[in-house]
Amino acid sequence: MGGRFMPHRVTKFLRANAVPYIFLLPWLIGFLALTVYPMISSLYLGFTDYDFTKPDSTSWIGFGNYISMFGQLFGVSEFTASSGKILRVDPYYLKSLSVTFTYVFVSVPLKLIFALAVAMLMNRKLRLMAFYRAVYYIPTLLGGSVAIAVLWRKLFEKDGLINGILKAVGFMDPPGWITNPKYALSVLVLLTVWQFGSSMIIFLAGLKQIPEEYYEAAAVDGANKFRQFFAITMPALTPVILFNLVMQMISAFQAFTQAYIIGGGKGGVLNSTLFYTLHLYIKGWTYHEMGYASAMAWVLLIIIGVITGIVFCSSDIWVSYGSGE
Amino acid sequence: MKSKHFFRFAFTHLCIAALGLVMLYPVIWMIVSSFKPNNMIFSDSGIIPKAVTIENYISGWKGYSGVSFAKFFLNSLLMCAAAIAANLVSCSMAAYAFGRLRFFGKNFWFAVMMTSLMLPAHVTLGPRYIMFNSFNWVGTYLPIIAPKFLAADAFFVFLLVQFIRGLPRDLDEAAIIDGCGLAGIFLRIIVPLAKPALVTTALFTFLWTWDDFFNQLLYLTSPATFTVSRALRTFIGDAGAVSNWGGALAMSTLAMIPSFALFFSLQKYFVRGIAISGIKG
Repeated sequence: MGGRFMPHRVTKFLRANAVPYIFLLPWLIGFLALTVYPMISSLYLGFTDYDFTKPDSTSWIGFGNYISMFGQLFGVSEFTASSGKILRVDPYYLKSLSVTFTYVFVSVPLKLIFALAVAMLMNRKLRLMAFYRAVYYIPTLLGGSVAIAVLWRKLFEKDGLINGILKAVGFMDPPGWITNPKYALSVLVLLTVWQFGSSMIIFLAGLKQIPEEYYEAAAVDGANKFRQFFAITMPALTPVILFNLVMQMISAFQAFTQAYIIGGGKGGVLNSTLFYTLHLYIKGWTYHEMGYASAMAWVLLIIIGVITGIVFCSSDIWVSYGSGE
Repeated sequence: MKSKHFFRFAFTHLCIAALGLVMLYPVIWMIVSSFKPNNMIFSDSGIIPKAVTIENYISGWKGYSGVSFAKFFLNSLLMCAAAIAANLVSCSMAAYAFGRLRFFGKNFWFAVMMTSLMLPAHVTLGPRYIMFNSFNWVGTYLPIIAPKFLAADAFFVFLLVQFIRGLPRDLDEAAIIDGCGLAGIFLRIIVPLAKPALVTTALFTFLWTWDDFFNQLLYLTSPATFTVSRALRTFIGDAGAVSNWGGALAMSTLAMIPSFALFFSLQKYFVRGIAISGIKG
């Protein structure tokens, strides 16, 4: 035993790596136990009918869960899984998918446009600017909390604050925003757009990087503010827009709390606010169909991966990493 | 010329301030309404209350199924304190390894960690739940706290790596000459110098743990263990009906105070966290 019998290079290698790996160890264990293992496990569960309350009767059903999700597309309502069991197609899955897509593709662009507009308004050397920035950040600070979701529910009730204001300015018969399936999702979109603070601050940092001289030179050449925005500001900001777009999209796909609270733990009237993650939670934890929920999670992962991939690929066309010269 | 300048200046201020007021109106209205008698919350959209009462705070504070909000606040605070301790230890250790040390496979593991930031939490949710349930941890705070001891909040590792990379190396070299080992450098040099980034980590850990709802919904099952976020949900019934709006608004107002207080007292540590809060949404 001992170092004498080990080749010198091996001892040296171990000695150089032992201490760093001790520091890395908590994260490494966490990564393996809380990410790698659960991911493999949920991939496997997605092909079974695992029920949390009766794990012993689990059987392999092949793509059964996936057929349950998308069967509606092909007019299927019942089918026989490879285990011989008759499975029913999930009538709400496609609804949750369309609600989520609508939510993501409406709320994220609106939020970014609003964040950029406010950032441009704030990009001046004014006293009090730090104060204003703090004020504008408050919705983001609080927005994800249950407290704000409770407030939002109150604001948009039939006899809530928003309708009170609408009546005061002459709209006599405003709808119940949350109880009307036509408008319920827009209440959640508005809540998301309201939390534009972190995107705004990242835009603001990007705007500060653009040299003043660009605008001066453009003004000398006779370019108006409008031209300047599209010829200078937008191209210079494209990397920041890409960052904000990807991050906001990834988190929008996973939105949960606000829909859960505002819908009272369900998908709202006619499932008009049945977010993907909310449906996943209801399936997995209310009905204990954890195999199905795991399959849903993998589809979500693939959707997010594909869309992020498309955005990154398209960025070759619209993002300019100028040399700054 | 000069007066034109002044008007433009005043106009900009006015726009920014007006927009800010619109943004904050719901929050201000909530605070004011929490002091209105229950029957006036519905009818009164103004900011100045016609009558003031603390009735809502008394009725809301009673809490849920015999457990008062005093207990919920205590639970939340203890959970956040444990979460902060866990994140500070585990994330700074990993960040020291990635930011300062040289070891085999470093670039690979770093890339893996950065990729894991983008993973939707739901792919690991079911198996994690099954695992924690088999440990008999469901109903306790362990499923929420234990992962943080394993640096599961990897965005803080990233934040700290960025900071540690920017620290001067001269002190490390001096410490090595004085006979300090790698662990000594970590404890005596890196940790004290990284204090600003560690404060940011602690701050955001608090905010996100305080506001997090999903994990608390999954893992906290009995009212005695409920946290503030989890308890606020009980004001809204399963069909979405609310019986005690006054109490709901009063307790929601109280629930926001810690975040507010930290935000205004630790302003300068906030900006550093914004970039990563972009990652978190």
